[in-house]
Formats: sequence, C-alpha cells, structure tokens
Amino acid sequence: MNTTPTAHTVKSFDEDLRQLRLLIGEMGGLAKDQVDRSVAAIVARDAEAAQAVVQSDPRIDRIEAEVEQLAIATIARRAPLADDLREVIAALKISAVIERIGDYAKNNAKRVNSIAQDSPIRPMVIVPEMARIVSQMVDDALDAYARRDPELARDVWKRDNSVDEYYNSLFRALLTFMMENPHHITPSTHMLFIAKNLERIGDHATNIAEVVYYSATGEHLTDRQKADETVYTVSEDVEGEQER
Amino acid sequence: MATMTASAEATVSSQPKMTARDVKVFYGEKQALNGVSIDVHTDLVTAFIGPSGCGKSTFLRCLNRMNDTIDAARIVGRIELEGHDIYAPDMDVVQLRARVGMVFQKPNPFPKSIYENVAYGPRIHGLASSKAELDAIVEQSLVRASLWNEVKDRLQDSGTALSGGQQQRLCIARAIAVDPEVILMDEPCSALDPIATAKIEELIDDLRGRYAIVIVTHNMQQAARVSQRTAFFHLGTLVEYGDTAEIFTNPREQRTKDYITGRFG
Repeated sequence: MNTTPTAHTVKSFDEDLRQLRLLIGEMGGLAKDQVDRSVAAIVARDAEAAQAVVQSDPRIDRIEAEVEQLAIATIARRAPLADDLREVIAALKISAVIERIGDYAKNNAKRVNSIAQDSPIRPMVIVPEMARIVSQMVDDALDAYARRDPELARDVWKRDNSVDEYYNSLFRALLTFMMENPHHITPSTHMLFIAKNLERIGDHATNIAEVVYYSATGEHLTDRQKADETVYTVSEDVEGEQER
Repeated sequence: MATMTASAEATVSSQPKMTARDVKVFYGEKQALNGVSIDVHTDLVTAFIGPSGCGKSTFLRCLNRMNDTIDAARIVGRIELEGHDIYAPDMDVVQLRARVGMVFQKPNPFPKSIYENVAYGPRIHGLASSKAELDAIVEQSLVRASLWNEVKDRLQDSGTALSGGQQQRLCIARAIAVDPEVILMDEPCSALDPIATAKIEELIDDLRGRYAIVIVTHNMQQAARVSQRTAFFHLGTLVEYGDTAEIFTNPREQRTKDYITGRFG
C-alpha cells in the first residue's frame, strides 16, 4: 500500500504527480522551519530573528499557489482516478493546511516584539517543550506523506492528545499566574495565544495525517477517540473560575 | 469474487432484472469468458469496463443471445431474465431480443424514414392495433429518446440523414419502441462528439429506473458519470464488480486500479 506505484502509460502524468510531491515537500519543510525558528525567537526574545520569520512567510504562500495551479491542471489534463485522484486532492488539501501552519508560526513570531518588552514569565518554560512535540508532529506528518506511510500518519494523529494536554496545563498555569499579579496579564495573554497557535499547528499536523492516511489507504481514520470531552470540561471549569 | 458480488448486492432492495451465474464462453477451443456472475437491476445503470478483448462485449452479447449468430461460440452457465433461463429451449429468441434491446457502437438506423425506424419493431411484434396507436408509440419512443422535438416535423425524412448523435438516439428510440425491460449499449458514444455524447448520457439517466441499462464503455469518465455499478473485466474474468463511486475512488483489486489509473501493460 505504501509502496511506490508502477509507472503510468503516459509518462508525463508521473512527472506531474512527482512535481506535486516535490512542492509539498518543499513547502512543508519551510513551514516546519518557520515553526522552529519562531519558537527559538520567542525563547531567545530575539526580535530580529522573529522579523526574519515574518518575512519568509510569503514564500510558503507562493508555493501553495503553485500547488493549486498544478493540481487543477493535472485534474483537467489527466482526469485522475482512484489513488491518483486521492493523491492530487491530498496535495491540494495538505498545501492549504501547511499554509495555515506557516501563518500560525508567523503570528507567533509577531508577538516576540511585545514579549521582549516585558520581563520573562515562569510558565514560559512549557512553550519550548510543547513546540518540540508539535514540530515533530509536523515533521512526521510530512514524512508520512513523502513515504505514503499510513501507520506513521496514524501515529501522528494519536499524538494530538498530548499537545492538547500541554495546552490545558499551560492555560491553567497562566490563569493562576495572571491572578497573582495584574502586571502579568499582558505577557501571559501573549503566551496564551502562542500556546493556542502551537496547539492549532498540532491540529493541522493531525489533519495532514488524516489526509495522508486516506490518500494511502482509501479509508478514513476512525473518529477520534480523543480526550475532547476532558478538554471541554477543563475549559468550562476554568471559565467558571473566571466568572467568579 | 462471490463475496464481492454479494456485498455489492446488499445495497439494493429490488430483485435483479437479470442474473448471470458462472457464464463461460468458448469460441471454438478458445475460452473467452471464465465464469462470470453478475446481477443487473432496473434502478441501476451497470457499466462494463476493461481493455479490448477482455470479454465485456462478449458477455454483453450473451445477455440477449447475440452470440447465437456466431457458429463457433458456445455458452455455458445460466442467465436468467426475471427468473427464466434465456437459453432454455422454449425461449423465443426474437421475443427475448425485444425484451432485451441493444444499441450498438455505430448508429445503424434502417435506410428508411425516421417514423419507420421506430414503427418497425412494434409492428412486427404486433404491439399496435391501429395507425393511431402506432403513431402514439412512435411519438412516445422518440420523446423518451429525447429526439422528438428535433424530428417531429420531418418524420418522413430518412433516418440516415440525421446527425450521428441523432441517429444514435433514433436507435435508442427504436429499442424503446418494443417496450423492452433491458437495454444493452455497446460503446454507444464512441462515434459521437462530446455534445452528442452528453445528450446520450443525459438520456441514459432519464431512462434509468424504467429500463435496466447495461453499458459497455472505454471511457472511464463516462462509466463514472452514467453508472451506479461498474464491472471491470480483464482477460475474460470479472475482476471486480461494485459501486461505481467506490470503484473509481478506491478500487479493491490491484488490476482494477492499474487499469483505471492508466498503468496497464
């Protein structure tokens, strides 16, 4: 199933598909790099490095446009079917997701300026930990795509839970922290957005994994048996606390 | 194969119009078909796909005993129309071919008027007792074949003077005129331009439910568009038979996948 398919009778069809995969690989690599660099800039409170991340984002957008053009042209020219069809649609969907991941990294980088103006806050130590997991998920989701590996995709998909848990614990820590001292509210809010963005990147890596799994197997990953309910309960509790 | 057919059947409530069980065809010593089992339903269009020489047309021709005309052909197995063995000795072949009509690759209207092309079948089968009744059948058949509006003012013109697409719809009207239960179409659009093809496809959609339709096509997109069931034949074997949407997005068999994605040979 995850073996490289035999060649098409029409050779240029293979070339189109190969080109699509190359573009996705390039785009994904850039986005993962953006995530890593934005987190490094946050940790180092390095506004210049953050600015570089913001400036790199349009490259990802440009490749997304290229993927879209090539995917549409391939559908128009080849009328792909079966796994070819799933592959082209997967490329289209994944490119949109990667573009979003790039946007979240950019948004995180933009916060470095404000963060650098306040003194560092304690719960910050959770962010690099969380970022490491998220970045690895993006990496592995792209790997699963490159290798057409449904098992690795499923593995990434399962990991999304732990990211949610990190986010929830950081959320609680930040709330307590803000209640201790109103001066902590601004840096804590930025931190909360950063963590939320990372959590969303994790969700997107999970989306990529789902698309890869379907593209490779023709089956959908079964409905998430995830701790969604816990997440919901936790945030509800916390909202209750907020009201009090 | 048996389980696959069974699972595909599970989604249909109605009784099959035709059933084929373990049908084998030999041309002299050569075996052209290796035990095909398939059900055909009135509410579903069934498409047969496969490379040239795969046996799909051979099988199609078994369904109304067109292979009888080939002396060397020998057919084994059982094909039933509404539960009756069509190869039974008491089966009237002329009657059978009225019930199981056929439309061919190349439009083949009789060199007669448009009216006569459609009226011929009902007349020889004694379906009309008066001129008025025959007129009504001709009109209704042409309407159902989506040709009436284009020809109603020139019914006495020659059928062969029509365009290719119109000729093919005339042939469909001719098949419909004898009130068949099944219509077999052997690559009905391969000689037509895209507009004429679209009209035939639209027509197939309109006719679904009234007649059981089986279409042989080399055009994968056409099979995907017009049919609800697709059967893939290869080297005389029915490789896969199932829901069309499933076959074209997620085929079970490697050979089906290789064929529909253009990786054959």
